[in-house]
Order: sequence, then C-alpha cells, then structure tokens
Amino acid sequence: MANMAQAVRMALHYAEEHLGVMDIFGEDVGMPLGGVFTATQSLKTAWNSPLDERGIIGTAIGLAMAGQRPVAEIQFADYIYNTIDLLKIAGNTLWSTNGDWNLPMVVKTPVGSGIRGSIYHSHSFDATATHIPGWKIVMPSNPLDAYGLMISACQDLNPVMYLEPKALLRVKGEERIPGEPDDDRQLSKMIDAPLGDRSAWKPQWPALEAYAVPIGKGKVVREGTQVTVVSYGRTLPLCAKAADTLREEGVSVEVIDLRTLWPYDWDLLKSSIEKTGRVLYVNEDTEVTNFGEHLVRRTVEELFYKLLAPPRLLAGKFVPGIGLADTLEMASVPQQADVTQSIRSLAAEEP
Amino acid sequence: MSRPRLLNRDEASSGPTLDRELLVRIHDVMVKARVLEERLIQMYKQGHGFFWIGGPGEEAFNVPLGLLMKKGQGLDYDYLHAHYRQSATLLALGEEPIGAMRQMKNTASDPYSGGRNFAGHFSKKEWNIAPVSSPIEVQYSIAPGTAMAQKRHGGDGITIVTGGDAGTAEGDFATCLVWSSRPANPLPILIIVTNNKWGISTSADGQHGETNVADRGRAFNIRSKTINGNDPIESYNELKEAMEYVRKERKPFLLEARVSRLYGHSSASGANFVGNEMDCLKEFEAKLEKEGVLTRQQMDELRNRYTEDMAASARLVREEPLPAPETIWNHIFAEKK
Repeated sequence: MANMAQAVRMALHYAEEHLGVMDIFGEDVGMPLGGVFTATQSLKTAWNSPLDERGIIGTAIGLAMAGQRPVAEIQFADYIYNTIDLLKIAGNTLWSTNGDWNLPMVVKTPVGSGIRGSIYHSHSFDATATHIPGWKIVMPSNPLDAYGLMISACQDLNPVMYLEPKALLRVKGEERIPGEPDDDRQLSKMIDAPLGDRSAWKPQWPALEAYAVPIGKGKVVREGTQVTVVSYGRTLPLCAKAADTLREEGVSVEVIDLRTLWPYDWDLLKSSIEKTGRVLYVNEDTEVTNFGEHLVRRTVEELFYKLLAPPRLLAGKFVPGIGLADTLEMASVPQQADVTQSIRSLAAEEP
Repeated sequence: MSRPRLLNRDEASSGPTLDRELLVRIHDVMVKARVLEERLIQMYKQGHGFFWIGGPGEEAFNVPLGLLMKKGQGLDYDYLHAHYRQSATLLALGEEPIGAMRQMKNTASDPYSGGRNFAGHFSKKEWNIAPVSSPIEVQYSIAPGTAMAQKRHGGDGITIVTGGDAGTAEGDFATCLVWSSRPANPLPILIIVTNNKWGISTSADGQHGETNVADRGRAFNIRSKTINGNDPIESYNELKEAMEYVRKERKPFLLEARVSRLYGHSSASGANFVGNEMDCLKEFEAKLEKEGVLTRQQMDELRNRYTEDMAASARLVREEPLPAPETIWNHIFAEKK
C-alpha cells in the first residue's frame, strides 16, 4: 500500500490531469527535491518558489482570483505564522465582497510532532487554522483519506487548508488507493524518484481513479458503546490502537476520525456521544485555546444531560515549543500510553 | 471654443500633449472624483458613515490610469489590485459615484461589500478589480498571482498593482519585486507606488533612505521611473508607455508617481483640507483655462452640476436600508450551484 506522501502525490497528479490544477508550488516543491517529504515529487506542474511564505500565500490568492486552482505549500506549518493576515484575507474575501470573489485554493502544510523536529518543525496549526473563518480545514490520518481529501480540496470553490501530520507521511496505509498497483515495490519503482541524478527520470503514474472523501464528513474507525474518542491526524492511530487494547480489557471504545476540522461532522459526534455518554477529544496542539476546547464546550452546552462523565481533552502541553531531546518531545505531546490511560480512566469514571 | 492646442509646448519635461477631447474627459473625471471625495468626507462628518479614507490629490494620476486600463473580466483584461485612494480610477473606468456613497453609508445596496467594508474599499469581479484591503501593501503579494495566470494565458492583459510609499517598507513590496522579476518567469505587471510622502502622520523624510522608491527596481533589473503624478498629461503619457511595455514585453515595470494628499490620511487624522500641498486639479484647471481648452465658467458649471448630483445621491442613499442582521451568515463559503 502507498504511504501518505505517495498518496498526496498521486492525488495531486490526479488533480493535474483531471481537476485543472496548474500550479503546485512552494519552497523546494519542484524537482530536484520534490518537497522535503517527497509529497510533490515529479509532478508536472510543481515548481520552486522563492523562499518567501508571504509571496507563496499571496500568489496563491492571486492565482485563485484569476480563476486558477493553485496548490501552495508552506514547507512546515511553523513557517506559516508570518502569513496570518494573508490567510485572514483569503478567508474573508468572499464574505467581504458580499459573495463576489471566491478563492478556490489549497494550502498544504505538514504539522505536528513525530520527526524530532525540535522547536521549529513540530508545531501544530489546528487551533490557529480553525480560528480563521472562511477556510475549510482538513487533516487526514491515513493514505486513502489523504488521497480523497486532497481531491476534494482541489474541487472546492473555497480556500482549503490541508494539514499533513508529518509523523504519518511515511506510514503505509491499510487500504488501497483506487488504481494503485498491488505491489508496494512496484509503486515505488513507478513514482519515487531515484537518488542521485534525477534529471532524466520520469515517473510512470498508475491509472488512478477518482475517489473523494467529502469535506465535512468524519468516520467511525472503531465501533464501541462505552466511550467516544474523537481525534485526527497523528493521534488518531494512537486512539485506534488504544481502543483495540482496551477491548481486550472489556472496555468498548468508539473512535471517530474527524478528518475535517471545519466544517466538522457534529452529527456524527453527537450521535456517538449520546450513545456512550463519555467523550475524550485527543489532539497534539497546545492545550490552551485548543480546538478540542471548542468541542468540549459544544458538548457541554448541547449534550450535558446525556453525559455520564465530564468531557475531557487530551492535548499537547502549553509550553513554548517541543524540545529536541526524545524525552522532551515525548513529554510534550500525547503518546500511546497517555491516550490509553486517558480512555481507561474516563471509561471507569462514574457519576 | 478654441481649436485643440498644444498645452505644454514650452514645458519640455512633460512630453507630448494630448488632444482636446481627452483633456476635457480627464478633467471631467478629475472633477467628478474630487466632488465625490468631498461629499464622502461631508457624509462622514455629518455622521452618515463611520470612517473615511480616499484619494483627493491623486486624481491627476488615478484618472489616466483608469482611462488606460483594458476593462473587462478574466485573463484577457487588466487586473487592478488597488489601494484605498483610487475612487478616481474607478470613476474613470465608468463606475457610478453613488456606489462609493453607499459603501460610506454601509447600506445593503453597497455594490462593493454590502455594508461590510470601509469607504474606498472597492471590489468588482466583473471588471477584474480585486478587493481593496485595509492592511496596506498585501496587494503587492497577491498581484503576482493574477499576473502569472495572465502570462500563461497569453494575450495582452496585464496586472496593475498600486500602493503608497510608506507601505513599501513592508516585505510585501519586496515580495512583488522578487516574484515579478524571477528569471524563471518574469511577469506582466505594472507595479505602481503613489508617493505622497506620508505614512499616516509620519513623514517619508524620516523613513526612506532611497532617493526614489523607483530606484529599488534597478536591483531586480525591473525597468522603472519616477514621474510627476500631479500632472495628468505626464501621468497619461508615462502610464501609456509603461503599460505598452508591460503588455508587449510581458515583463514588470515599476512606476513611482509623486502625488499630493489633500485631506490628510483619513478621518482618523481629521480629513481636513491641507493648504500646503499642491492641488493637481487647480493646477490643471489653470492650464486648461490658459490654453483656452475650457473656460472658468465651464469648469465652475461642471463642478456645480456634480455637486448637485452627488448631494441628491447622498440624500437617496441616506434613506436606503442597512443590511439585515441575519445576512452575516451569507457568503462564508461559496457553494456549487
């Protein structure tokens, strides 16, 4: 099966061929590197921009104004902060012009911890992104969703922020992307550029099929009856694994992959929480003014009388960065044991 | 009426002159724009608006710009990434003054934002007028995008971006110079700086080390020039030349126009007339009268007519409803239909 970086690349290839994408750009996005995570490697419309994040976001806005469908990359979400006012403009342009100018643009950026990236390559962006109205925010947790969400993003009429959990970019999927070959090694041979001189190399793209994960739809990845766990991105597989572990202990955990942070699938969350009476939100952004706090607030306001325990949030520590040392990173953001223990404790809580 | 004459035959620096019909047209729109801005200031001072910002003093440059633009929608036409001192450009393109008044009064009928944005913050997709932003200079980062699409498309449509001199301190201005002049893909973009020598209350003298803002183009091999934007004839001719270069060569041009700021920065600084700035309209009218293109009486009648028209429009606008509160939920996302 493809990994997430290959899945993103294949979705962008599909978008170039079928969805009118003509510019995939950012720092080192074109050859010879093809993106620091290889997610844009060998794409025919990928090109290297100046090292200028404001120029990247601004140009994407301009291209979208001109009716193009740009896909812009900020190399690490840590570097997107100096474009906040441009992101605000991209989000408010349709509204402020009373519906006159829509901006069909995608901004992709790797987020979160997991590669020992230290202070400036580990930032999350979900709380900040969901604080800018007018954007749709998606974040896959597996290659198939990564493929389907990118295709939806490239079809949308609005700005879409595509957050890539960098810890999962090299993780292979469990489900095949429609059109990808059976053999992983064969796929790699077809689409991964060789090391060394790549100037004469051309990819052989598989015959990919249209497959869109609709924006705004979450997914139940483990069914259960006692606790609802809602997550996305890097922490989602941790939640699924915790559910598998706890099932052996006799605890039934329902795990929901939010997939789209805005507009999110409240109906799915609501029906699950009404069923279980307990909910834990898990992500790795810093815990103060965390997007999960919004979900907790809404849960309390709308579902208070259905709850058997207070809704909980497991998130990253409110510290200024993630230190390079393994011990510091592990202590800063939720790890497997934290997730499992948090669910176990919530499941055991009685009114 | 006398026959068309050379207006500035003895002013070598001003270049070739324009025919009479064009001079009269430029004057007409300049007056219209000045009267509109003065009406908007009056509306603000009477409490019929929350904020005023506009461009009285820049008409001699902004009117020729609007007249020279290739107006329309899409890549074959010019894109304008304007700033908030360009009502004169919009009027020269054919826009009705009542739209600006509606935006000042933030009525539901405001054609640019439906009562959501400040005065002078124009937007009109139908004519490729990109939305004006309050944060200054962001348009310089956005404009390369439309220019890039036009370069790929072909044809002679160009992107025009304008901003003020103070904002050239922002990184977005550097972004525009860098992205427009990349050897991999130079862009058909006319980069304009209207230099009024002020940034709100801060004088340019204390902030600009460069002699001319246009000199910054040299470092990027961008053809550039500083002109007298208070002279509509020079502005017209220089804009025409710069635009022809960008249209034909598909390369950037940096044009700095020295202009005046006749009513200060905005209502935030009082919006009162500033006596020690050159008034381009007054200067132009003196020339037109001297050369026999228009008489003082004709020009006074024109101004009176516009003043009456706009007073009537302002009265009309005053009675128009504000947007309904529930419309805050409209246009957050575009939907497929």
